[in-house]
Amino acid sequence: MSVPTKLQEPHLARRHRIDKAFEWVCCGSTWFGVVVLGMLLLSVGWKALTWPPSKAKLPSSPVATVEATSSSAPLSTRFFSSYDSRKPREAGILAAIWGSLWLIVLVALFSVPIGVGSAVYLEEYANDGRLKRIIQVNLSNLAGVPSIVYALLGMTAFVKMFGFFTKDEGKSLVINLLFTTVDVPLPFDRTLISGALTLTLLVLPTVIVASQEALRAVPSSIRTASYALGATQWQTIRYQVIPAAMPGIMTGVILALSRAMGEAAPLMLIGALTYVAYTPGDITSVSDIFKNPHGLLDAPFDKFTALPLQIYQWINHPRAEYGHLAAAGIMVLLTILLLMNTVAIVIRHKFQKCTRW
Amino acid sequence: MSLANAVSPLTPPKTGLRLQKQFSWARAREAGVRAVLLGCASLSLLTTLAIVYMFLTEAVYSVTPGTTAFFQEVSLWNFLADTEWSPQFADKHFGILPLLCGTFVIAGIGSLIGLPIGLAAAIYLSEYAKPKFRRMMKPVLEVLAGIPSVVYGYFALVFVTPYALRPIFQSLLGIDVDIFNAMSAGVVLGVMIIPTVCSLSEDALRAVPRGLREAGYALGSTKYDVSLKVVVPAAFSGIVASFLLAISRAIGETMAVCIAAGQMPRLSLNPFRSMETMTAYMVGASLGDTPAGTIEYKSLYAVGFTLFLITLGMNILANWVMNRFREVYE
Amino acid sequence: MTIMQSFTELVHQRQQRESAKRNRPVESEVTKLDVRNLNFFYGEKQALFDVSMTVAERAVTAFIGPSGCGKSTFLRALNRMNDIIEGAHHNGTVLLEGQEIYAPDVDVVSLRKRVGMVFQKSTPFPKSIFDNVAYGPKIAGQRNHKGLSEIVEQSLKRAALWDEVKDRLQDSALALSGGQQQRLCIARALATNPDVLLMDEPASALDPASTSRVEDLIFELKQNYTIVIVTHNMQQAARISDWTAFFYQGYLIEKDHTQKLFTTPKKKQTEDYITGRFG
Ligand SMILES: Nc1ncnc2c1ncn2[C@@H]1O[C@H](COP(=O)(O)OP(=O)(O)OP(=O)(O)O)[C@@H](O)[C@H]1O
Ligand SMILES: [Mg+2]
Repeated sequence: MSVPTKLQEPHLARRHRIDKAFEWVCCGSTWFGVVVLGMLLLSVGWKALTWPPSKAKLPSSPVATVEATSSSAPLSTRFFSSYDSRKPREAGILAAIWGSLWLIVLVALFSVPIGVGSAVYLEEYANDGRLKRIIQVNLSNLAGVPSIVYALLGMTAFVKMFGFFTKDEGKSLVINLLFTTVDVPLPFDRTLISGALTLTLLVLPTVIVASQEALRAVPSSIRTASYALGATQWQTIRYQVIPAAMPGIMTGVILALSRAMGEAAPLMLIGALTYVAYTPGDITSVSDIFKNPHGLLDAPFDKFTALPLQIYQWINHPRAEYGHLAAAGIMVLLTILLLMNTVAIVIRHKFQKCTRW
Repeated sequence: MSLANAVSPLTPPKTGLRLQKQFSWARAREAGVRAVLLGCASLSLLTTLAIVYMFLTEAVYSVTPGTTAFFQEVSLWNFLADTEWSPQFADKHFGILPLLCGTFVIAGIGSLIGLPIGLAAAIYLSEYAKPKFRRMMKPVLEVLAGIPSVVYGYFALVFVTPYALRPIFQSLLGIDVDIFNAMSAGVVLGVMIIPTVCSLSEDALRAVPRGLREAGYALGSTKYDVSLKVVVPAAFSGIVASFLLAISRAIGETMAVCIAAGQMPRLSLNPFRSMETMTAYMVGASLGDTPAGTIEYKSLYAVGFTLFLITLGMNILANWVMNRFREVYE
Repeated sequence: MTIMQSFTELVHQRQQRESAKRNRPVESEVTKLDVRNLNFFYGEKQALFDVSMTVAERAVTAFIGPSGCGKSTFLRALNRMNDIIEGAHHNGTVLLEGQEIYAPDVDVVSLRKRVGMVFQKSTPFPKSIFDNVAYGPKIAGQRNHKGLSEIVEQSLKRAALWDEVKDRLQDSALALSGGQQQRLCIARALATNPDVLLMDEPASALDPASTSRVEDLIFELKQNYTIVIVTHNMQQAARISDWTAFFYQGYLIEKDHTQKLFTTPKKKQTEDYITGRFG
């Protein structure tokens, strides 16, 4: 018996070494993402905070000295309260922040009812027939369509409306809402509503699939119990199933919206990449909404810019100073996204803990 | 036990039972709600139809009288075989090859980096890591997946090229590295697909029944043997599906490659030069505010259509593989 | 025959208890439900074979039989809960007070309001105790909060749960014990004010103390409701039911007054089952 043991021992040691090495490789791969994330945050943060450079480094031009008196670091209140500018020291993200805010609100308004509605239809009403299978396959394919294709669709369907309205260029549809009227340009042209609709199409598959999963997780005993009490199908869904699935739906929706918030490509193609020095509906603070409520109705049909677009514009700018502005913009965008992600994770955590069927 | 006696009957006994359906708002609402929800669900079908309609009318065959679609002006042969892409010059060439080349070189570099790392991370998370570590790591991966594409592009431009690629390749090896280069785009693309690969592969690995692992250990295998020779082969099709989905995402990725790789259509395999992908061309063309109706404008749809077909093909393949995998274990 | 004797004893005890309470005859003879030649299928698989039976009003009818014999299926056929199951179909008639419940013009929703159901596994909604009980009346259009509170209180009292929960009506129903949850489900079913209450093994997941409370409750409820109960516990059937029906492999073997069925069963299979020779 001693012979085979001796023969196997070095072999066994080698196998253990391979095992250990493999574990280290895998562990390293797992940390790789974290390390890159750290480097990314550090390099961007460093870029954002090293602005403005000390005066000594600046070429002494008369403009610079004038600017210096009224300028401040990117991540100061000034950065948040001014529009983009030809002078890097005066540029800010006011228009971009309000544009992004409007986009998110509009996308949520469009995508949540439609997305949850589709999911409810697929999970609760559709019997496992051809239609459901087709829709389901279609959804999984739509989820994989690149955002730039949605951008093309948005440009064709919303900005140009397939060319159906080319004859009466500049016309607009006036909708009478009893107390006030809204001018709806047709086609929508490069307005917020075009952007919002494009992003809605982009996130819908994600929202639908997430909602479907949340609905599927609701135990069927809840439905049966509700039916047994004489509830109709819609009452059962409305009062039992959707409330029970709400945390899951919310998580999915927030993650989808945060994805929409970071998307630049669709907005670029619909032509939002322009110099914009106003906010949608001229609303720059909450109090403006009360002063000028009509701005709320006008805003969706205004031209706009958004955070990722503004960032891209600054990245692409030949003057190096704008690189720092881009970094500052990225910090703002990442902070918002991180907050949204945290909210989503917290909701999911709470939900996992306190529900036991 | 005075319970029931203390309570008066809720209502007097019912007389005359009526079960018949009768018109009521509640019933009308049921039907209405159902119709509205069906409408919502068919919206996704409508989206697909709109995409197909758009590509067919703008790229293949125009239905509006007096206008022509892209392929009515440029032959399919030219589009596929011409080696030059120069829509903005006087001497216009519409050969998709340089754009395809840029797309596949960059997506290839991204895959070479992202797929193995993503898979290794998935193996670590599903086979080695403690549950606590996994719970901690998942949100980090989610954050990584949630970082916008523009940010990765910026990272490639201000960090990867000057601080990682140039010191290694230019200073050490003497290869010229452009500011905009395919390599940096590929590197960040690799990072971007790690979360996709990792979470989908991990799902596939974890779906492998425990019994299989235990059988492996019972034969005296190390963890390495079990992971690589038992679990990974068992989850193979799920892993392949995750790879396909990730590659398809890499091909469709826009802003990062547009920023990092620049916009120089080039039919070459040198990853240290600037290249243009299909997506970057589409962004670039839209920047110049190309007027509708010009051939340049129509070329957007032709390129978009090509991209759409490639990613669609890969997605369908991935879903097919994935379903095969599910059949085995469910 | 000691088992038979013990059953006789149980039934006898019950009769005494009952007649002490009121002067009504033990069994009422008005037919509430009338099932004729019911065949039931799950897709290809037939679960019930030509079952005919009547259910008497204001009485407790118990279904007994070995597992998988179709008791639940039959019970669920009585308020069309099987409609939800994919591929389920049937033939034959089920009459509620003389009306065919499977007729095409029947509204299942109003049917289920008249024929309530309590399940084996308690299924409280993940909401407050109050909302659980108020749910039925609310969806039926009762919006007035005062009216709702009244119904909730009465239903909880009828389900013998009021004293235990009256101070925490807004707490989550999931925080109640299993026995309390089951009584909550009964209260919830009572709140819609049904005529018929179907119970599928309502006490099988409960401890003896909770079981006896639920049994007392059923005993009280039969003064106002028609109750049909599935049970695996033959002592329980003997204790609480007026009528007992024995199912075997999808067939209704025998249905009779509880006392008769347990003491002088007509069929051999019934006798074998209740004396524990199989099942
Ligand atoms: N949803 C279903 N789909 C298919 N077959 C079913 C379904 N529900 C029940 N069955 C079958 O129908 C037959 C009767 O089932 P049922 O649930 O009525 O039995 P049961 O008498 O209530 O049994 P138990 O005492 O175990 O509850 C069984 O053979 C069962 O397998
Ligand atoms: Mg049963």
